[in-house]
Amino acid sequence: MQELLKIEGITKNFGGFTALDQVSLTVGVGERLGLIGPNGSGKTTLINCISGSMQPTKGRIFFEGQDVSAKNAHIRAKLGIARSFQIPKPFSSMTVLENLLVPFAFVSGSDGPDERRQALEILNRMGLLEKAEVQSNQLSQVELRKMELARAMAVKPKLLISDEAMAGLAGAEVQEVLDILFDLNSMGITIIMIEHIMQAVMRFSERIVCLDTGCIICDDIPEIVVKNPDVQRAYLGN
Amino acid sequence: MQSWKFFASCLVVLLASLALCLSGVNEYVFYAGFVILQFIVLATAWNILGGYAGYVNFGVPAFLAVGAYTAVVLFKFMGASLSMQIVCGGILAGLLGLGVGLLTLKLRGIFFSIATVAVVFILETCVMNWPYVGGATGLQLTRPSGLLLFPSYNRMLFFVMAVLAVGSITIARYIQTSFLGRGLRALRDSEEAAECSGVPTLKIKLIACTVSGALMGMAGAPMPMYMSYIEPTSTFNLSYSISALGMPIIGGTAHWLGPLIGALLLGGVQQVVSVTISNELNVLVVGVILVLFVVLAPEGILGLIKKCKNSSK
Repeated sequence: MQELLKIEGITKNFGGFTALDQVSLTVGVGERLGLIGPNGSGKTTLINCISGSMQPTKGRIFFEGQDVSAKNAHIRAKLGIARSFQIPKPFSSMTVLENLLVPFAFVSGSDGPDERRQALEILNRMGLLEKAEVQSNQLSQVELRKMELARAMAVKPKLLISDEAMAGLAGAEVQEVLDILFDLNSMGITIIMIEHIMQAVMRFSERIVCLDTGCIICDDIPEIVVKNPDVQRAYLGN
Repeated sequence: MQSWKFFASCLVVLLASLALCLSGVNEYVFYAGFVILQFIVLATAWNILGGYAGYVNFGVPAFLAVGAYTAVVLFKFMGASLSMQIVCGGILAGLLGLGVGLLTLKLRGIFFSIATVAVVFILETCVMNWPYVGGATGLQLTRPSGLLLFPSYNRMLFFVMAVLAVGSITIARYIQTSFLGRGLRALRDSEEAAECSGVPTLKIKLIACTVSGALMGMAGAPMPMYMSYIEPTSTFNLSYSISALGMPIIGGTAHWLGPLIGALLLGGVQQVVSVTISNELNVLVVGVILVLFVVLAPEGILGLIKKCKNSSK
């Protein structure tokens, strides 16, 4: 499989605390990767480093063979790295459609009628078309999660990182978001999914990476990862 | 508002203020009008950073004073013309804005605001200890004789400030409707999400800091000639910050019209109260109106209008 993202020995320290310790990982084009681990294991820190929201203390990140370690998040977005946030961060003073026009304006370089049409197409795909003109601070939790994914899609990503997009959602809503992610993957977008809902991760991922205390303790197909004694210990204790 | 309507309105306002200057209206109108127009520039400039981007700048007097003292230095050193004083005051205050932006990049919320207050005290201390510009006691200035076609210097300054007000509103409107405005709004709502959506947050923040600072400096440059005097305590007065912040909050921070409405309303009320009741009371008036708006109409007059329109639908 052709390599899209390559992480080489990423370490992230917060003062004396090491959140990530020499993490190395590769993700192939079109892959569906699940990233799991107990709370505080470094999952969000890792994706913050990938998206550029945080600069790692050590290590390098390559995207499509290009070293992006020193690049800011907005440049990485232009290169095709998009993400959603664990706690949704909508542009709350804007409507849902305007939220999508921000990436169009800055990544595609225009927010004209053509981009507006593309944004509406994305919203249609996400089942949010009727909410296009609604103020984003009036959306329900599941709608917010979908809008975050829609806004990430407006970046026209090659890699989409979904950070707990299903947290706090009911069963049917989890299925809705999962269907959206499968749909996006079928369009050729590589997806890294961080999730605590194991059923969803197991169904979605082709490969699962498990983090614990800032280190990768397992990297394999889902069936093997769940049986791995280190993974079981990390989640359930000795 | 469509562009042609906006520019036609600007032209009408400028022609009307020119006609007013050439008419036989009482001189006090220009004296008071200058202050209101200056507040339109300050409030509009403040809103570019504070309203659009959500970075609350309490350092308004610092930028205003950089403009004013640049004008004083240029006038004293080489007898520079008013236009040169304004341009240079704007450039230096813009550079100060860029510097403050660069130094306070990582500061957000209240920390950014405190840092901007610090700039006021630092610059005030520098000016207090600079004898060339009069130090703490201030400096008396004699107005030059050049009046162009205007009957008095006050009338000319009124027209100059009207041009600056129209100019700053045009810039604020352009920023609001351009990519920059969309980026600044995104940045205000969530800096991290904006950055991950491709918005170069650092760059647009610095542009906003520079433009906002430059406009404040330009508003300050004609001040020494308006007063024929300059001294640091009143120039660096933090009440400028309160007014420049209060006016957009009263008018509405989301739109370029907000600071204009707020400055006309608050500035007008202040002038009336100063003349009819007392000069001290006008500070109280700002406070009371501000509290009322924050409690009853947090999105300002424009927000109220929008709410009324929505509820009538």
